[in-house]
Amino acid sequence: MLAFIARRLLQSILVMLTVGFIAFSLFNFVGDPVALMLPPEATQADRDEVRKSLGLDKPFYTQFAVFVQNALQGNFGISLRLGRPVSQLLAERLPATLELVGVATLLALLVGIPAGIYTALKRDHWSSKLLLTGSLVGVSLPNFLIGIFLIVIFAVWLGVLPSFGRGNTTQLGFWSTGFLTVSGLKAVILPAVTLGFFPVTLIMRLVRSEMLEVLRTDYIKFARARGLSNQAVHFGHALKNTLVPVITITGLQLGGLIAFAIITETVFQWPGMGLLFIQAVQFADIPVMAAYLCLIGFIFVTINLIVDTLYYVVDPRLRMETSSAGGH
Amino acid sequence: MTDSLRRFFDSDIWHKFKRDPLVITAVVVGLILILSSAFAPLFAPHSPFDLKTLNLSDAFTPPAWIHEGKSQFMLGTDDQGRDVLSTIMYGSRASLVVGFAAVLLSMIVGITLGLISGYFGGALDAFIMRVADVQLSFPAILIALLISGVARVVIPNSQHDQVAIYVLIFAIAASGWVQYARTVRGSTLVERNKEYVQAARVIGRRPLAIMFSHVLPNVLGPVMVLATLHIGTAIITEATLSYLGVGMPATQPTLGTMIRIGGDFLLSGEWWILWFPGTALVILVLSINIIGDWLRDAINPKLR
Repeated sequence: MLAFIARRLLQSILVMLTVGFIAFSLFNFVGDPVALMLPPEATQADRDEVRKSLGLDKPFYTQFAVFVQNALQGNFGISLRLGRPVSQLLAERLPATLELVGVATLLALLVGIPAGIYTALKRDHWSSKLLLTGSLVGVSLPNFLIGIFLIVIFAVWLGVLPSFGRGNTTQLGFWSTGFLTVSGLKAVILPAVTLGFFPVTLIMRLVRSEMLEVLRTDYIKFARARGLSNQAVHFGHALKNTLVPVITITGLQLGGLIAFAIITETVFQWPGMGLLFIQAVQFADIPVMAAYLCLIGFIFVTINLIVDTLYYVVDPRLRMETSSAGGH
Repeated sequence: MTDSLRRFFDSDIWHKFKRDPLVITAVVVGLILILSSAFAPLFAPHSPFDLKTLNLSDAFTPPAWIHEGKSQFMLGTDDQGRDVLSTIMYGSRASLVVGFAAVLLSMIVGITLGLISGYFGGALDAFIMRVADVQLSFPAILIALLISGVARVVIPNSQHDQVAIYVLIFAIAASGWVQYARTVRGSTLVERNKEYVQAARVIGRRPLAIMFSHVLPNVLGPVMVLATLHIGTAIITEATLSYLGVGMPATQPTLGTMIRIGGDFLLSGEWWILWFPGTALVILVLSINIIGDWLRDAINPKLR
């Protein structure tokens, strides 16, 4: 157990170093790092000072070490476009993105799991076939188009929901939340549905195929033979056994959703990290790009690590395999 | 040639194809879209690139069947007076070029790395697969965004518009090679130990020749399925990047660029600028995906 976690931790650190190295290369080789760190009106003395403090005269690996050290302390320099520390900008935008992703994930679970169960239990019914075909069409739609369609329907035609922004937010310490006001709650609906669209179809298909597989197993037949009611068999025995992969996939999707939120946030002008990032790409704002990359990398690696460890704890079969297979 | 044609019309795939109305529709619709955009200069009623024929007073003309519409602009015009139908034809041309080129490029890179990885194994294999793992843990769109972001810094502003298409192709290709590499590696691992490969090795063929002329033809089936589905994804990625404003410039519109421009006028009521390119994109991607899905089932021996 400990050896497994240690090995995964080592792998995660390696991945993080790779991501850090890419961010570092962005920072140091693409564009002038001294100019990146300073506002344009800085004097020559300031420049020399920064050049020295960055250690640009030192060998390459020392520079990388310094970068890692700075990154660990959350110091990614100053945004070229906004002239403020990048870490401060990201911290301000983080709550908006996390709230959006959280609602989208909740939606994906609350809609995806029941829809998956329904399509598995009534697999030949026309409504299940409609749901499945519909989900295939949904996957073929570009995410931003779904967002635009929702805006057209609910903001332009019906006029019931806002088409952009986050509504009124409330400040709770460092966290600004949109959940405490009516306008904030209304504003999150359309972006969350847009972002949640893909995971809903994914979880629905996953639950369906897992359910179909479990329903064929001997212990389900045995449970039926014991005379248990359909309800007890379906929900007490079958569903429980489909939930492990669902939890894993949901966990792994969470990181993807945070990155995918870039598109949703652009469509709805949602003031999160993704919008910050896309503006950074448009304006060649390297420090923000580098920091965002590191942050996303960190979130991904952490989620992967947690999911892997949980999986290992939950599924005893893995413990047998890892001794021979050496990771995956 | 006629012999191989006859073999094709005798094959399982052709017989399955004839009995599936959905995929026939998808092929017909896809071909119409591809041909009408490939021959856009012949068919398009206007040229969106010919500045002389553009007239700003034509801007925001609604589609022809609406009261204020003009008959020469069947689907209306955009904010610069460009005919929406013509721009869709030229725009899907750019989308298709980017999609196909990106898929081809990532196929070449992915297949080569997959063959090398699977055939030689060892440290090289471990290295390539670790890089693939790291890349796979990030969504493709993020990688494509980063590459086009870096390109924006490295390439001087004045040249952005000319190289935009190459940057896009490279960015999409770079985010998609992993799937090919993994698939090809897996199949190569199996093929490597088969007798025909050993025979080729015994008669002294070089590893490169074995990889490309013996192993490659036998691992190509799944790659073709991947590639078909990848074209759909690549077109969506292109549209997304252009929509986000980091793809093609407004002067060389693709479907994504048109949707972005249309998005600005959605709230003011000029719906056709967005609606028609959006529909074209959905139909194009949907027909490609239906073909890809069908192909996957058709060549899967388990489902026969």
